[in-house]
Amino acid sequence: MKHRILLAAALVLAACGPAAPTNTGVYLLLDTSGTYSGEIKKAEHIILYMLSQLEPADSFAVARIDTGSFSEKDIIAKATFDDRPSTANRQKRAFAGQVKAFVEQSNASPHTDITGGLLQAVEFLNEKHSGRKAILIFSDLKEDLAKGYVRKVPLELKGFEVVALNVTKLRSDNYDPREYLARVESWRAKVEDGGGRWRMINDLERLEGLL
Amino acid sequence: MSTATLLAITPWPAVSAILWSVILVAVLYLARRTAHQAIHTATGALAHGLRLAAHSIAHAELRLAARNREVLLAAGREAKERIVEREFERVSETVRKDLTNYPTLHRALSESITRIEEDHQKAVEVPPEAPGWVRAVEAVAKLDARNGAADVLADIHKSLVKAHNEAMQAYRKASGERHGLLRRMMPEWRRIQETLGRVNKCVESLLTRSVAIDRHMQEYEDMVRGQDRAVSILQSSSVVQFFVSALVLLVALGGAAINFSLIARPMAEMVGGTSFIGGFRTADIAALVIIMVEISMGLFLMESLRITRLFPVIGALPDKMRVRMIWITFSILLLLASIEAGLAYMREVLLQDELATGALLRDEGGGELQNEHLWITTAAQMGMGFILPFALVFVAIPLETFVQSLRTVLGLAGIATLRAFALLLRVLSNGFRHLGTLAERLYDLPLFVPLWLEARLAASADRSVVSRDMREARL
Repeated sequence: MKHRILLAAALVLAACGPAAPTNTGVYLLLDTSGTYSGEIKKAEHIILYMLSQLEPADSFAVARIDTGSFSEKDIIAKATFDDRPSTANRQKRAFAGQVKAFVEQSNASPHTDITGGLLQAVEFLNEKHSGRKAILIFSDLKEDLAKGYVRKVPLELKGFEVVALNVTKLRSDNYDPREYLARVESWRAKVEDGGGRWRMINDLERLEGLL
Repeated sequence: MSTATLLAITPWPAVSAILWSVILVAVLYLARRTAHQAIHTATGALAHGLRLAAHSIAHAELRLAARNREVLLAAGREAKERIVEREFERVSETVRKDLTNYPTLHRALSESITRIEEDHQKAVEVPPEAPGWVRAVEAVAKLDARNGAADVLADIHKSLVKAHNEAMQAYRKASGERHGLLRRMMPEWRRIQETLGRVNKCVESLLTRSVAIDRHMQEYEDMVRGQDRAVSILQSSSVVQFFVSALVLLVALGGAAINFSLIARPMAEMVGGTSFIGGFRTADIAALVIIMVEISMGLFLMESLRITRLFPVIGALPDKMRVRMIWITFSILLLLASIEAGLAYMREVLLQDELATGALLRDEGGGELQNEHLWITTAAQMGMGFILPFALVFVAIPLETFVQSLRTVLGLAGIATLRAFALLLRVLSNGFRHLGTLAERLYDLPLFVPLWLEARLAASADRSVVSRDMREARL
């Protein structure tokens, strides 16, 4: 009888425990390499759209992809929105201001460290304990590591959704489309091997299904 | 055993089939009585069981109807007692308000009457005195004029004219005074008329109330005696009250929903917009709790005012405590209404903030929304936030009616259900009984040959018995 009471009490306590998080964490990686820096205005629109979609208690970070992206220094703006709507709105306005300032002053980077950025994104979102985790990559997916950078590390992407946005075709892709297809396929395989879910959205006019 | 095996007992399947048929018919014929008994017992038991169940349900229905009748009569009695009590209160109020002044009225009337009497006495017309010297004038007039009678008469005439003039003046003066006194009576008469009118109005009001009390008492006596007519009236009025109160409660629910939408959004500013309790947003629950508290306060206020009687404890409180409770509940309501008005204002501010942020994020200008008539919606929202809690107070009245009529309506629904169920069971019981008879007939259908033979044999046996009896009678 005692055991039954204890079991019932344990069940009641478990039911009263903290519920699973329902908030969303989004990390946007912004390619600022030479070939892609012209697309940054489009990225600003996506960021503003994301800000309008995110709710209080959601987390959002925007980071640039440059020569070595596995670093907090590359984060342009980040915020975990307050659960009071008015404060969350203020944070969103401040976030939009930071992004605008970056877009006006950004410089092209010589190299593209996408994997480093992904690792940084995974670390950031895991710290936030978000219920839903999404990494958006605004890039042509052409990784170009500087000499000495090692990025052959397995990605732990279980529970993550990786969305490639505006994957533009390079001039070389026009000569041989297989390069483009292979590039996309390689990233898809990398993400799915890491346990994540892969998606690609090239039509930026239709962002409704982004989250 | 398959059909082929059964048909293989003779080299000719047809013969085998006939053989099996004969055996089957023989077996069925031999088991006929037992089979009939079994069918009869089984269907009879089912029919009997169902009839018993139908009786039991009909009995339960009767008990429920009796209970419903008692509940209905008790509720009716209570309602009538309240009405009669109110009528007596009104009578008491009328008596207290109007007839308390009756001694004053009486004195005023008496004084007025005395004054009128005095004035009337004074106004009595005094008949003019008959002149005493008329005969003397006649005697002088008979005298010879030569003896100086003409002069005497002339003097008398002169004196008479003078006296007449003086009498006329005195008479006119006295008449004027009398008319003045009569004129003075007019306001007194009017005052008396007015006072009597007031008394009449008061007495008429009392008479009307007494007629109403008589009617209510008659109805009350009908209820006490448990007359069918009273029960029928109470039943129909209860059903009508149920639907009307349900309709009003639905309207109140709509009001509560609007109230909820006014305060749910700004509540997120107070308790956070992302915390959940059991799958529901804490802000929504908080808004709902505020509305529920308002409704509860409204209930208590109505109870304290003795408008409703859902909580007898509150009604039975001493008057001092009850008045204190009225003020406390009203103060809490006022406070909550003020909070709601504030939240409604906050809602508008938040909405504007969200619109401005949305415009900024959509890159639609500076995010400043200019609307010079915005204050109208803000004021309307605040007004609604303040008024709705007080409007919800009156939910207590339809709620009380709904709860009271619900008992009767549920009872009526229960009676109808039980009656339908009992009817169904009775139909099933009869059905099973007839089904048993049908099954016996169907059993006999393949046995028509042996049964025909049996009937022939029985008939011939009867004939032989009759002929033997006749022979014996002849001998």
